[in-house]
Formats: sequence, C-alpha cells, structure tokens
Amino acid sequence: MTANSSTPEKHSLLDVIRRRPGIQVFLLIFPSLFWLVLFFAIPLIIVFVYSFLKRGPYGQVVWDFNLNNYARFFDPLYLKIFARSFKIAGITTVLSLLLGYPMAYWIATRTPKWRNILLLLLMIPYWTNFLVRTYAWILILRDSGLINSLLMGWGLIAEPLPLFGNDFAIIVGLVYGWFPSVVLPCYAAIERLDFSLVEAAQDLYANEARAFFRVIFPITLPGVIAGSILVFIPSLGAYVTPDLLGGAKSVMIGNVIQSQFLSVRDIPFGSAFSFVLMVIMLGATLIYFRVGARTL
Amino acid sequence: MQSSMAVEVRGVTKRFPGPSGGAGSEVIAVDNVTLQIHDGEFFSMLGPSGCGKTTTLRMIAGFDHPTTGEIYIHGKRMGLTPPYQRNTNMVFQSYALFPHMTIARNIAFGLEMKKVSRKEIGRRVGEALELVRLQGYGPRKPNQLSGGQQQRVALARALVNRPEVLLLDEPLGALDLKLRKEMQIELKTLQREVGITFVYVTHDQEEALTMSDRIAVMHQGKVLQMGGPTEIYEQPCCRFVADFIGETNSLDGVVQGQEGDLVTVLVDEALPVMVQTSESFVPGAPVSIVVRPEKIQLSPEAPDSGFNSFPCQVEQMVYLGTDTRYRVRLSDNVSLMIRQQNILSGFDPSSRVVDGGQPVRAVWPYTCGRILLD
Repeated sequence: MTANSSTPEKHSLLDVIRRRPGIQVFLLIFPSLFWLVLFFAIPLIIVFVYSFLKRGPYGQVVWDFNLNNYARFFDPLYLKIFARSFKIAGITTVLSLLLGYPMAYWIATRTPKWRNILLLLLMIPYWTNFLVRTYAWILILRDSGLINSLLMGWGLIAEPLPLFGNDFAIIVGLVYGWFPSVVLPCYAAIERLDFSLVEAAQDLYANEARAFFRVIFPITLPGVIAGSILVFIPSLGAYVTPDLLGGAKSVMIGNVIQSQFLSVRDIPFGSAFSFVLMVIMLGATLIYFRVGARTL
Repeated sequence: MQSSMAVEVRGVTKRFPGPSGGAGSEVIAVDNVTLQIHDGEFFSMLGPSGCGKTTTLRMIAGFDHPTTGEIYIHGKRMGLTPPYQRNTNMVFQSYALFPHMTIARNIAFGLEMKKVSRKEIGRRVGEALELVRLQGYGPRKPNQLSGGQQQRVALARALVNRPEVLLLDEPLGALDLKLRKEMQIELKTLQREVGITFVYVTHDQEEALTMSDRIAVMHQGKVLQMGGPTEIYEQPCCRFVADFIGETNSLDGVVQGQEGDLVTVLVDEALPVMVQTSESFVPGAPVSIVVRPEKIQLSPEAPDSGFNSFPCQVEQMVYLGTDTRYRVRLSDNVSLMIRQQNILSGFDPSSRVVDGGQPVRAVWPYTCGRILLD
C-alpha cells in the first residue's frame, strides 16, 4: 500500500485477482472445466439416467425407473456381438502392434532428420477424412475391387476371394485406421531408449533376439501398453468401419448402439449398452495398466 | 602364439563414414594401432577425447570391427565375432544397468545367458555383491542406488562372468573427485585380487598413472608412447606426451654441441642448457627441452657442477598447501614453472626467494632434462 501511496483507493480488477490466489486458480481452470462439464459430464449423466428408463410406444423416453435395459444385455444375441467385438478389437490390437512396433523401431533408429520425415509420411494419410479412406478400402476389397480383379485378370483365381463384408474386412480397415496410434507411443519409448543397454546385454552374452526380449522390449513396454490401449478402445467401439466394410453379417457393439438410438429408437437400451461398454473398457484398461506396471 | 598375451591389436585402422557420407569424407578414428596387452596386466589407454581410445576398446569388445588389421584375444583371431561370443566384459561409462531389473538380476544376466544353473547363479551373484561390498543390495533397483554404488554394480555384473579380459570405458568419469580417488585404489586392489586383465580407457592422466601397469598414450588415432607410468612421465617421447601427462616446461632452442653424453642446447640465443642423454644430436638441430616443474629448485647460490643454474626473477608464487608453485623469468622470452614441496614444518616459502629482490637461481640437474625433436 505504501508503494502505491499516490492512489491508494484505486484497485483495478487485475490487482484484486493478484491478491487472491484462489481466484487465479479458478480462472485458469475455468475454460477446461466448463468444456468438460458441458460436453462430457452432463451428456454422460443424461445417458446414465436414460439407461434406467423405458422406451415409450413412439420411441420417446418414459420416466419409469427399472433395470430391464441392463438385464437385456445378457441376451445371448448381444453377448455374442460383444464377444465378437472383443475378438475383432483384440486381433486388431495385436496386428497393429506387430506392424507398428517394428516400424517405430526402424524410424527411431534413423538419423534425426529422417525420423521427422518418416513420421510426417506416416501422418500424411490422416489428413484425409477417415470416411473417405474407409470408402477407399471398399474399392480395394470388394468382389469387383482392385485385388480380386487383378488376381482374376492374372488367372490366379476363378472366383473372387471373400475379402469384403466380413470380419476380415473390418480388421483390415481397423488396423489401417489405428496402427499409427501404436507407432507414435512406441516410437517415443524406443527413441528414449539408451542403446548402451542393448550393447551391455550383447556384451553379457545375449544374442540379438535375447537382447530384444530381455532388455529392449521390457523397457519400451510402457509405449506398447499406451499404443495398444489407443488401438483397442477405438476398435472396440468402432462404428464406421464395421458399418462400411463389415456388411450386414458383421456387426459390432458400435453398430448395435447406433441402431438402438437411430433405427429402433430405444434410447434407454442404447444408453445402457453404451454404459456397459464404457465400464468394461475402463475395467480392461485399469487391469492392463496394473499388469503393465508390475512387469516394470 | 604366445599364451601370455591377453589382447593383441595388430595394425588396426578404423574409418567411420564422415558427416557428409561420401568416400572422401571418412573419419579415421584409429590409425594403424598395434598394442600388446599382457595377461593379468592393468593396461590403460590414455588420451584426450577423440583420440581413438574408446573406439579401440569397442573393437576389442566387438561392438565395432576394424576396417583393416586384426584383434586377437588369448591368441584367437576375433574377426567379426559378435560381442556375445567374446569372453570379454565391459564396464560402461554410463554403467548401462538394466533399469527394469533388480541389482541381483542385473548381475545374474550374463550367467543366465550362459545357461549357468540357478543354484550356481545364486552363489556367484552373492559372491560378486560381496566382492564390491554391496551385500543386501540385491533386491533393489538401480535407480535406488548412488552413483558410486551403481558403478560397483556395473563392475560386479562384468566380473561375475569371470571374463578373460575386463574392458573399462572411463568408469569413474561420472563420480566426484573424492569418490573417484577411492575407487581408483579400490579398482587397483580388486584387479590384483581377481587377477583378470583390465583394459582401462581414460582421459585423466593422474588416474592412468595411479592404477596402470602400462599405459598407451593416444592422440589423433595413433599410439604415441607405450610404457610404464614412470617411463611415460620421466621419459616422454614427444612434446604432446610431455604436455598431456602432468605439467611441464618446454624450452625451444638449437643444439650447440655434444661432448659424450652431454648435449648443450642454446635456448633463446642466450641460455646454454645442458642435458645428459644417451642419444646423439646434430649441432644446429632445432629441439625443445622438457623439464618437469618439480625437478627445478630455487636456490640463492650456484650449486656444484652437474647442474644447470640460471639467475631469475620470481614473477608469481601460488601456495598450494602441500607445495608451492612459482613462475620465474630467465630472460625476456623464457620463463619456467617451478613446484617445490613444503616439506619443512614452519617453512615459509616466500622468505627465501622473494624478499627484497634477492638474486635467486633456478637450478636443475643435467639428468632431469629431456631433448625432444619436434
């Protein structure tokens, strides 16, 4: 106050803020907090509440509290779709790792200039819309598509291979769509790896393969875990890819939820289904992190 | 092949592709180096960074391979043998302990790879921990240990395999001075105890002098001099070795004449410096004389024969506790660094030489100079 003696009465808004650390913190977190509450917490609560309600005869939501939606989930039809979705997401994750980890390793061991170029090349396709890229796979995989017409043109096959409208097509589309999510965290982990550890392992009689499995892989495991979660979760909840590439026979959880909301108009059941999916994903992720943390 | 030779490096040259990658821009890291390292010896490669010492060590370990020349370990030609098939073990400058394994697992790693039985591994890991005085640290992780302890784990991890040759790449570089001095003595004791050949790389001349049986001084990919610590220090082969190992005075001059083993060099066209040597020198040859600072005495009177003795002025005096360092001027262009131990109790180094501008002489025996042709 003595420093400001000429105008002791005048306090600007900034002065008030400076004096109150509580207000500062609030102002700083307010934008993100507002965003989270408006677009995440509130919709989630709405979905949660809906999941305990009932569908009216015209697709409206009726206030009648019950647990039937959750009970319906155990219908073998839905359990089967759930299991299939898990299988497809699991295969997608493993294939993405098998593709993505070696690629990340290769990129991370180039010179710094090449690393940046290669990472850029990896990301360029993703500047195109996901839907457009998925449509492109239809042109490649369908019976009259690129692969089948080439193979038939060369006379290697008489009938088109069943590449489209099945689980195979979904997995191709999902791996294509998500394996860069494996490359980036794996790259970050491998790039940080101290390669004198690899030399130390080789010096201690470990050949290349053993040095990899005993030293390189365990140390870069956090990247592998992060990458596989980044692939598994969107794959499990995938909607566009199975819708476009899977055809009528191959349905995943995402398609069930979509049809409940938009075609069947059973919003409460769709909500319950969404919630179950979310809880299972959360549980799986937690277990995965635990297991991962223990090995480190 | 002599069995007493642990490592032989025969005419090894290592070229690396240069930064621009072309054939003309190659960097010669090691240039036609030949070393013979005896069994059970503590051998050091000493030199400034970039002198090729680490590259030579890495070639012995098998991480790099010679462009030309051959490396033999216990008489066996190594060729392109990978590191995991060589009976050498390395202690890395960064220790390179596996962060995801406990100390015990780190030490056991080499034995596990060699498929030693579980019981035997347990016993030898225990022994190794005892050897480096880290009993009870087995279950800890490397990041829970101090730098000095990690260093000892790295040592145990290598020694537990009972290698034929232990390679050490500046293993004490990351430790503070006091710990480094302790570890120097510890390493030397350990080496005598286990009797394994140590090949030690360092840029610290004091470290090399303290521990080594023999030292190879390297510069720009070449071995300049190889010999015991005393030989390297007392009889440096060239100006670089003289400068790099300890402090030295270099006096440039011209050979004036030689009588028997006594050579007279005229320094700065005015100071006739006598050096006793077994070599012969042609009069008129430009040479430099190197004299260690501690060999020179400051004295008020001229000594007997057999000594160089020049009147001088003391320009600077620095008291260093155990000794005092003087800078004295012999002529306009010639000055000397002198180091005298403060042996006598109550001795005041300033009283004798500086007070009142008394005439003082810089005195050193003929035997303590060394003539180098550069």
